[in-house]
Amino acid sequence: MIRLEKRPSPSRFWATATPILAVIATMIAGGIMFALLGKDPLEAIRTIFWDPLFHETFGPYSRPQLLVKAGPLILIAIGLSLGFRAGIWNIGAEGQYIVGAICGAGVGLAFYPTDSVLLFPAMVLAGALGGWAWAMIPGLLKVKFGTNEILVSLMLVYVAESMLASASQGLLRNPEGMGFPGSRNFKEFPAGHNAEIFTNSGMHWGVVAAFIAVIFAYILLTRHMLGFQVRLTGEAPRAAKFAGVKPARLILFSLGVSGALAGMAGMFEVTGPAGQVSIDFNSGYGFTAIIVAFLGRLNPIGILLAGLLMALTYIGGELAQLMLGLPGAAIQMFQGMLLFFLLAMDVLSNYRVRWLRKEVTS
Amino acid sequence: MADALLTLDGLRKAYPGVVANDDVSFTIKPGEVHALLGENGAGKSTLVKMIYGLVKPDQGAMVLNGVPFTPANPAAARAAGVAMVFQHFSLFDALNVAENIALGMDNPPHPRELSQRIRDVSNAYGLPLDPDRTVGDLSAGERQRVEIIRCLLQDPKLLIMDEPTSVLTPQEVEILFTTLRKLTAEGTAILYISHKLEEIRALCEHATILRLGQVVDTCDPREKSARELAEMMVGSTLHVPSRAEVAPGEVILSVDGLSLKSATEFGTNLHDIHLEVRAGEVLGIGGVAGNGQDELLGALSGEALAPGAITLKGEAIGHLGPNPRRSRGLLTAPEERLGHAAAPDMSLTENALLTGSVRKHLTEKGFLKWGAAEAFALRIIEAFDVRTPGPDNAARSLSGGNLQKFVIGREILQNPDVLAVNQPTWGVDASAAADIRQALLDLAHHGAAVIVISQDLDELMEVADRFTALNEGRLADPVPTRGLTVEDIGLMMGGISGDMTDDTAEGAA
Repeated sequence: MIRLEKRPSPSRFWATATPILAVIATMIAGGIMFALLGKDPLEAIRTIFWDPLFHETFGPYSRPQLLVKAGPLILIAIGLSLGFRAGIWNIGAEGQYIVGAICGAGVGLAFYPTDSVLLFPAMVLAGALGGWAWAMIPGLLKVKFGTNEILVSLMLVYVAESMLASASQGLLRNPEGMGFPGSRNFKEFPAGHNAEIFTNSGMHWGVVAAFIAVIFAYILLTRHMLGFQVRLTGEAPRAAKFAGVKPARLILFSLGVSGALAGMAGMFEVTGPAGQVSIDFNSGYGFTAIIVAFLGRLNPIGILLAGLLMALTYIGGELAQLMLGLPGAAIQMFQGMLLFFLLAMDVLSNYRVRWLRKEVTS
Repeated sequence: MADALLTLDGLRKAYPGVVANDDVSFTIKPGEVHALLGENGAGKSTLVKMIYGLVKPDQGAMVLNGVPFTPANPAAARAAGVAMVFQHFSLFDALNVAENIALGMDNPPHPRELSQRIRDVSNAYGLPLDPDRTVGDLSAGERQRVEIIRCLLQDPKLLIMDEPTSVLTPQEVEILFTTLRKLTAEGTAILYISHKLEEIRALCEHATILRLGQVVDTCDPREKSARELAEMMVGSTLHVPSRAEVAPGEVILSVDGLSLKSATEFGTNLHDIHLEVRAGEVLGIGGVAGNGQDELLGALSGEALAPGAITLKGEAIGHLGPNPRRSRGLLTAPEERLGHAAAPDMSLTENALLTGSVRKHLTEKGFLKWGAAEAFALRIIEAFDVRTPGPDNAARSLSGGNLQKFVIGREILQNPDVLAVNQPTWGVDASAAADIRQALLDLAHHGAAVIVISQDLDELMEVADRFTALNEGRLADPVPTRGLTVEDIGLMMGGISGDMTDDTAEGAA
């Protein structure tokens, strides 16, 4: 019989060991799945985890993609983790990401074809403000009327998607685009283009922003009173109130920060890798970032690593589809397994597993 | 022995790292009230859990009525005639009395029949209870009756009671004792766990004393003094808090006409509360739990705002939150240690920061000074003898008494002008409780005003200069503690209207 015993203090060793263990378990279970699909499991796993970085032909193409994909995931996940730490569940980062993209790109397109160096900073600011404002809707509704931020923020994603469709077909449509939906391409608009900083590195300003966000979040959570209050609110809400934390202020702060970071991520994406506002430029980063935040145990450094790992499975997954003909659903299951094993192994940091022989009853 | 109801022989139960019970043997006879004495952590709870089938012993045997007794679970223990009233009630606020009782039964009878049986049993034992009332509206004493009657309906041969009087007024305690004596006269044995030694002397015929999981002594508590019993429990001579006479100084804190609606549905609203505390004085506030203690402390701490109703050193502070009040010298310690006074999963250093950041200057421009916070935590640990490997340990890893010493110490070391504490020694063993009381008295001696809210009357009599009581959110006028009788106190706790005492008097008649 297996029994779980609560540890008096959470184990530090297991808190760091479980993500590694989860990745190994995912490889094993995923390998079995790939084998059942009739593929060589070792080759499939090598294609997902190894080839994107080190393959002779694909490596040079997919290595920069690692930063391109990890950048927005990390930037959004950092913002989300602050709220999650405090027990405030912003599920609608995807919507904030879209609105930030529309606002940031909108400001840029409004000044087309300027070549002012001030344009790009203004676009970043507009993107952040757009995401912030979109997150303030669930924030204010929660503070004023006690609505559930999970539902409101999630439903606002669908509103944002409709706005995106409308903007790319109407307001922001390229006047020289011969009636096709989608805005002007920022690649042909240097003042507003989020270009790579070093050619073929994948490093664009959004990636820089993500690294800065990691550092700021780390300092905030470990060295600043506000970060202490965020953690306290998540762990013991009554104690937080006793310590003088104002819940309403904290809700608005954490939703605001996560919205602004998601909005910035959207702006960097749409003016960089995506290139233009189009109906489907968003590719679910806002939702995947939730997984990244938890995979990184809501810890800034962890999120950095989790974002890179997640990006790797995305790129590797695409590669595996292409090279081995694995179905897309199998890749999604593989990514799902990663989250599943991580959450399941989480038990080890708070509990001790004991194997008992069946008790003898007289 | 032929006349033994329950014999325990060499019971042992070990948990990883600690032996909870070792070689525990004693005998309970039919119709006796047997006291189980010991400090927190002495192994009393584990022992009764073994008898009640919640925990299986590693070694040893039990014999009930001449038959080997190995209950696999509480249902088996109940079927064999063992019933238990827990210290913490397991009742649903939103259901009525009969529904709550039916939930705990294996084969509940028809509701109408059950209601009638509840009425019969409750009248027979002098514990009047209306089966149709919603539990959320009942006082703590009435809730306990629900638990007791739930047990009595099973017609038990052995009734285990864990700290049954901690929530009762002195009058309610008398009624309970009458009931228990009636039960023993019918041959039911009672295993009685309590910290209150005077009660044990009044009620019990035998006492088994546990220390560190072992039986260290047995005695007839009627022949011992409370002090002797306490020393048997602790195993050393007991330090009794001492106080120096100080003439009270100026009024530091005053509350005028404080009325407050409770934030929770089954909380108690405060009505028109007036009180004053002077420098160097300890004001004791008694009362049965659930009469507005949490709400009053929340209004003092600043968790609930009461504009205009609270004045500290001549300044209106009712509209201020917890931290501005702390910076002005008003500190508090709530009753619930884990989750309210301290964050369970955070380290002691972080918990020192929780209330200490303002007065101990543990932040600079919003940035935390971890070194200073850790030094503060270490000072608390040293000054208040908190038993822990170090300030990195999570609050939840401390025992109740140690965490309470930490919480009280954290506030006292911030040199408050006013300190308000709620249940400072609840669930704390005798020697730690004595330390905490002494610390509160010392604080008052050095010129602070201290408010102690407690259900433990002995504690209040020991520390308080003036006494008052909360009843249904109303505060009686404070009177000097000296010369108060238990009857006076009981009347204050029951409130001026006194309906509870009338009610119970009818029932007992």
